[in-house]
Amino acid sequence: MSNTRPLLEVRNLRVEFPTRRGTLVALDDVSFDIHPGEVLGVVGESGAGKSMTGAAIIGLLEPPGRIAAGSISLAGRRIDNLPYKEMRTVRGREIGAIFQDPLTTLNPLYTVGRQLVETMTTHLPLNPAQARKKAIEWLELVGIPAAAQRIDSYPHEFSGGMRQRVVIALALCAEPKLIVADEPTTALDVSIQAQVIALLKTLAREKGTSMMLVTHDMGVIAETADRVAVMYAGRIAEIGAVRQVVKHPAHPYTIGLMGSIPPISHRMDRLLQIEGAMPRLSAIPKGCAYNPRCPRVFDRCRGERPELLDAGDTRAACWLYDRADKDAAHAVAESGYGEVRHA
Amino acid sequence: MLERSVATPLPPASGGTPMLETDDVARFFDVSRPLIQRVIAREGKRMLRAVDGVSFAIPKGTTLSLVGESGCGKSTVARLVVGLYGPTRGKVFFDGQDLAVARSDASQRRRMQMIFQDPYASLNPRWRVRDIIAEPIRAFGLAQGTVEIDARVAELLTQVGLSPLDGQKYPHEFSGGQRQRISIARALSSNPEFLVCDEPTSALDVSVQAQILNLMKDLQSRLGLTYLFISHNLAVVRQVSDRVGVMYLGRLVELAPAETLFTTPRHPYTRALMEAIPDLDMTGRQRIPVGGEVPSPINPPSGCPFHPRCPLANDRCRAQRPELVAARGTPETQVACHAVEEGRDDPRPAPAEAQRAA
Ligand SMILES: Nc1ncnc2c1ncn2[C@@H]1O[C@H](COP(=O)(O)OP(=O)(O)OP(=O)(O)O)[C@@H](O)[C@H]1O
Ligand SMILES: Nc1ncnc2c1ncn2[C@@H]1O[C@H](COP(=O)(O)OP(=O)(O)O)[C@@H](O)[C@H]1O
Ligand code: SF4
Ligand code: SF4
Ligand SMILES: [Mg+2]
Ligand SMILES: [Mg+2]
Repeated sequence: MSNTRPLLEVRNLRVEFPTRRGTLVALDDVSFDIHPGEVLGVVGESGAGKSMTGAAIIGLLEPPGRIAAGSISLAGRRIDNLPYKEMRTVRGREIGAIFQDPLTTLNPLYTVGRQLVETMTTHLPLNPAQARKKAIEWLELVGIPAAAQRIDSYPHEFSGGMRQRVVIALALCAEPKLIVADEPTTALDVSIQAQVIALLKTLAREKGTSMMLVTHDMGVIAETADRVAVMYAGRIAEIGAVRQVVKHPAHPYTIGLMGSIPPISHRMDRLLQIEGAMPRLSAIPKGCAYNPRCPRVFDRCRGERPELLDAGDTRAACWLYDRADKDAAHAVAESGYGEVRHA
Repeated sequence: MLERSVATPLPPASGGTPMLETDDVARFFDVSRPLIQRVIAREGKRMLRAVDGVSFAIPKGTTLSLVGESGCGKSTVARLVVGLYGPTRGKVFFDGQDLAVARSDASQRRRMQMIFQDPYASLNPRWRVRDIIAEPIRAFGLAQGTVEIDARVAELLTQVGLSPLDGQKYPHEFSGGQRQRISIARALSSNPEFLVCDEPTSALDVSVQAQILNLMKDLQSRLGLTYLFISHNLAVVRQVSDRVGVMYLGRLVELAPAETLFTTPRHPYTRALMEAIPDLDMTGRQRIPVGGEVPSPINPPSGCPFHPRCPLANDRCRAQRPELVAARGTPETQVACHAVEEGRDDPRPAPAEAQRAA
């Protein structure tokens, strides 16, 4: 997959929020690629910057938030500096968006059919009659029973799970190359979550659509993503193939995060826990942002900020993996790469 | 003098009177449209059966968990059990005493407290943390004078892993996990023996959830607390429970010791819930998501309420509602399912167990 040209290239992205008390840096030096047909999972605690990353890509950063540095390219074309109208076309045609609450996407005053038809006639060479036929097909595809009858229903006439299916149809119907899905199943019931994830996965595979899947649910990522980026305090802490990150995480934060997930397969006397909490944007520690909570911290971590380094099978922003650093090499040799209970 | 030092556990609890018992408890809500509209549309009253005939007992010093999907009635049970709602039918007993009687007596009321899902909404934003925690102490007269109250508040803050200095701050100055610690400190301030915890970690990140679950376990073993624990997350429930009840549309469909429930779940809905959990172990196991949606509790399906989604449903299931009875094969499990009773249920182990063996 890495031989192909990436579909999405995010480079050194920095997002700032100017406030009266100074500038808050919400995303700092975030870089990653998504390849054609690939699902990239983005995980991390609330406030880590997951949604911000998605919003920057689809050009919907809430003011006064702004991209202060870096670039975002889709199929080789810069999209972070497009005029509003042009970006709106990109958003419907080339990037589809799915949010946690289906009601933020659906217009309560229009039938779902009208919304699907409008999206398709705007972005595809279809007349309204053709679009309506396709709309019914899409509703069937996402599993709305009796789609031909339900097409003229309003969003409030559907259950939460059904609405999220409609949103998926809306995001996919203009056949975009990339889907940005921000916590698409978080608001749904456990049994409905499984249905929606299975649906997203099959559709993305069938249509060859790439996806950035933002969630705080590691289980969803493990099942759906090809690669995963773990975010902490506005930065990427670790990125790599999902199997490696889940089973053999390298970054001390990922190790703690994976360890704190309660297992379904057995009872533990105590769960592993990370002490403390993620810092606020206004108080991100110097050096490695994780250093006050890190059980492996050493002097260098408090002064110098680590870049993503090769850490065996993944890349981790952690000085433990700096082979040139004798202290770090020593620390790694002592403990081996991260081994988690789930492995 | 403080009533009970935090370090002294209650006497060991076994057998004896349960801390809490419900007997066929039900709570209906009137969700009818206004009378005029009903007359025009010629429709009758519409009753939502949020909880309909739930019976369980929680022995002292143990944890019973209730699991189930949104709207199945978990929070309504929680509110019935602490007396925030009166039952439409059935009875609740607190330490052997009718709950209505117990609630009218401050010395009994003090023994039960509730922790809610949303640590933001349940703390008064205009009060300092110290006053939030001191309020039950004052209300129940558990300590007199500023010095003694301050000492108790400091002790409680320390107990939940915060600093006594945090008492001077306001709730908004804390993170979600810290606010939940404050809610717990407040709940503990009346020296309760029974805590009802309604999704105490559902609004929290996993790393913070682990902190709070560990804290709740520590407190239980130190103080001998009894918990009614409510969650929709089966993995969390496995970590904390002695017994587990699975709810569907206002009823218990399965009630079993925790280990039994997770190793040999019997009800098709329990199995479906376990099947729905994403596979973190990445064994490549194909999950079969349960089809269909949760039906409305205003018009529950006839017979077994799970029948429209159940792979084992037959004519009897559509006509007759199964009672909660001892399960064939695992008699310590109570289950409401005709297929189990008839011996035509799925004999395979639980998905999670199969996964572990693989
Ligand atoms: N005061 C009320 N008036 C009318 N209906 C209510 C009331 N309280 C609860 N209900 C309904 O009763 C049913 C059970 O609600 P309950 O809050 O107990 O569910 P729950 O299992 O706690 O769900 P969740 O997981 O979403 O918290 C739901 O259908 C709900 O809409
Ligand atoms: N309008 C805003 N002004 C200032 N900070 C904001 C604003 N919106 C979000 N943030 C901050 O940006 C950070 C990242 O937020 P977000 O991307 O939503 O996190 P996540 O999706 O990972 O939970 C958080 O610390 C959040 O508080
Ligand atoms: S750089 Fe240092 S503080 Fe940061 S994660 Fe690595 S060891 Fe811990
Ligand atoms: S009683 Fe029938 S419909 Fe209900 S769970 Fe059992 S087999 Fe399924
Ligand atoms: Mg978010
Ligand atoms: Mg509830």
